[in-house]
Amino acid sequence: MRLEPIAAPSVGRRVLPPALAIGATFVVAALLAMIAGGNPFAVFGLILKGAFGSKFAILETLNSATPLIFTGLAIAVAFRAKLWNIGAEAQLYAGAVITVVLGTGALSLPAPLMLALCGLAAMLVGALILLGPALLKTRLGVDEVVTTLLLNFIFLLFVSYLLEGPLKDPMGMGWPKSARLIPEARLPRIVEGLRLHWGFALALIAAVAVWVINTRTTLGYEMRAVGQNAEAAAFAGIPVTRVILKTALLSGGLAGLAGFSEVSGLKGSLTLDLSPGFGYTGIVVAMLALLHPLGVVVAALFVAAIFVGADSMSRAAGVPSYLADIMLASALLFMVLAILLTKFRVRRD
Amino acid sequence: MTDTEKAQVVLRLDGITKRFGPVTANEDVSFALNRGEVIALLGENGAGKTTLMNILFGQYTADEGSVELFSQPLPAGNPRAALDAGVGMVHQHFTLAGNLTVWENIVLGVDALSAASLRPANAKARIRQLSERFHLKVDPDAKVGRLTVGERQRVEILKALYRNAKILILDEPTAVLTPQEADALFATLREAIASGLSVIFISHKLHEVMAISDRVLVLRHGRLVAERATQDTNGEELAALMVGAEVSAPSIAPASPGAPLLSMRDVTTPGAGSAPGLARVSLDLRAGQITGLAGVSGNGQAALSDLISGLISPSSGTLELHGASPQGWSPRSAIANGVARIPEDRHKTGTIADFDLTENAILETYATRFSKRGWLDWVGARAFAQKLIEGYDIRCPGPDIRIRLLSGGNMQKLILGRVLEGAPDIILANQPVRGLDIGAVNYVHEQLAKARDRGAAVLLISEDLDEIMRLSDVIHVISEGRLSPEFARGTMRPEDLGRWMAGEGFEKGMTDAA
Repeated sequence: MRLEPIAAPSVGRRVLPPALAIGATFVVAALLAMIAGGNPFAVFGLILKGAFGSKFAILETLNSATPLIFTGLAIAVAFRAKLWNIGAEAQLYAGAVITVVLGTGALSLPAPLMLALCGLAAMLVGALILLGPALLKTRLGVDEVVTTLLLNFIFLLFVSYLLEGPLKDPMGMGWPKSARLIPEARLPRIVEGLRLHWGFALALIAAVAVWVINTRTTLGYEMRAVGQNAEAAAFAGIPVTRVILKTALLSGGLAGLAGFSEVSGLKGSLTLDLSPGFGYTGIVVAMLALLHPLGVVVAALFVAAIFVGADSMSRAAGVPSYLADIMLASALLFMVLAILLTKFRVRRD
Repeated sequence: MTDTEKAQVVLRLDGITKRFGPVTANEDVSFALNRGEVIALLGENGAGKTTLMNILFGQYTADEGSVELFSQPLPAGNPRAALDAGVGMVHQHFTLAGNLTVWENIVLGVDALSAASLRPANAKARIRQLSERFHLKVDPDAKVGRLTVGERQRVEILKALYRNAKILILDEPTAVLTPQEADALFATLREAIASGLSVIFISHKLHEVMAISDRVLVLRHGRLVAERATQDTNGEELAALMVGAEVSAPSIAPASPGAPLLSMRDVTTPGAGSAPGLARVSLDLRAGQITGLAGVSGNGQAALSDLISGLISPSSGTLELHGASPQGWSPRSAIANGVARIPEDRHKTGTIADFDLTENAILETYATRFSKRGWLDWVGARAFAQKLIEGYDIRCPGPDIRIRLLSGGNMQKLILGRVLEGAPDIILANQPVRGLDIGAVNYVHEQLAKARDRGAAVLLISEDLDEIMRLSDVIHVISEGRLSPEFARGTMRPEDLGRWMAGEGFEKGMTDAA
């Protein structure tokens, strides 16, 4: 058997990688479920039921998908321009911090203004967090993979300090957590009585907006050109440095929104476990979506469903919910492999 | 066929057909190569020459047909098998690691890491021996990244010879060489043939084909349309066979030059890596005149091209366009000042391979012509692409085709259309016909001549002296970043220019200027 490159992949072939990767992921998960003593079909059934089996489950899945849509978009935007933003985690926390700073009583505004202010501020600080590494990259050629990744740890320690110090809730009985947001700073539920907040709708709007930017605007055209061939882009007069900086602002802003949405829509206050790695999981989401903004929504729902479903599955079947982490990790690995393989045709001699 | 003839056949292709989706790259191609023979494979771009050789070399697998090497069937799609059987290929785009030395590149992948032949002393001795025997002068310890294009090609050939290649495939080997280097290459090839090697020589330079080959195979649209013994044919017949119609080179009418549109005075630019910058260069590009820049590759052409393109600014001296110094010199201001730029490398700098034709067509003008408050006007852009396709004879399925699927000639026509559409009055054409077939070459030259006739100032940079002498109204020679005086058309013989290209005459010229 031989591999041969394909010059012009068909549409079917381009959609193939995610399908292949997800299929392979389920095979691995089935094996692991069997090792853990469960029946794989029962386990998958329980995961499915846990994720979509009831109104509550569905809303839980949508809520869990919300931050992943934001971080997935942040990564997709950056990666498309070949800006390797691994720091969505820090940008998310930055958005959460500013939301808490503005939304716990320091300001008193009517709810719409308050929410708009918090959201925009979260985008701004998220953007600024990524602007630093982007400037280091364009000015000095510093590798942004290193700077954005390390900034995650630095920023998390900074948040830890804030929660032990300036932002610590005086009524929190000593726990490292912030005060609660005032009601005007809380994102309301989309439908009264259902546990789904407006953050989800905002995430969908963001996905459509990014898609429109990518395909319809000069900025999207510039970002794609710079990502595909920076040398040709520069020769044609596209301001490459400015485009990279704009990309960084957009990417960081989207990740900042994730923090705003989580604090304002779901948690109501800031703790150190606000994000169980949404910034990193966003990379998986973006890759599964092949960096397509609308695909990000689908991929985020898939990933969220696995996590939510695995949680309830583990209670019912006794198979550890770590299965979800493994599925996620293998989905990413298989995806990278599948992208590679679908660029080639397998030939039998 | 007698037994002795049969024994001489080293390679036989039988009924090779290869399709890429709807495109048929090769259709039912059969031929045989004899020991000690040079076959020239002639054909326009997109005729299927490179695909055919990639099948032979195992990089592609044929849909139909078979390859036989030394009377053994060659397993399809396995470059290793072709290498082991003694096929060496020198690609048009070299496959060398720039950060390794010459000898490291040559031994790379040949033997197991523990093999005795891999010891530096042994390997280098063998390389020196080969390079002496085949007149391939190159220092085994030099870093490949610092070598000239001609030297790199020698390394590629040495690599094949080091692996005991018995069949050498050369894909457009002279496209990147100076006349002198091409002559040296031919000497090497003659030596190789004399020692029993067989050569497949892919080219569309007819005089080379006539000079070096024993037999010529002509490919057109993927089919083998003709086979001639070289002694029984001539350049005109081959050209006609290649394009399927009689072709004639455009005749260039005398110029009527006007005022200088671009002037450089004592411009110096920093060098980049091993390539020199410009050294106090003064140059006038006049309206209605083609200025030819001759010179050996890597003597400052890149710096001059980058300067006029807007990629770099003079470190000293002045650059004036239309009599005024441009503010904030950049690619954008170059375009805004009416400079059309045809870059040297259409794959890397001229186009974005995975963008479609429309997206590539608007690369320079999207912000000015196709943007409304940040929104891209795709309808207008597509119409523009369609106009270029029709106006510049770009052969393609439509404006949505990805540019990487076009042949070099059609890619170049797109670039031409893109930059000429705005009726620019200064045109920089850096190696505009490198690697193109005769049809496309004539087309590009006609367009440049047409632009000149409507009053544009054209700077033609080329390493092909024939091209320079045929097209240029005035000629400068560049050597180590220095510019020769201006020579009018017909006042210099190739040998005279060759002396300037070798760096003679400058010292005196410089003293006179000082």
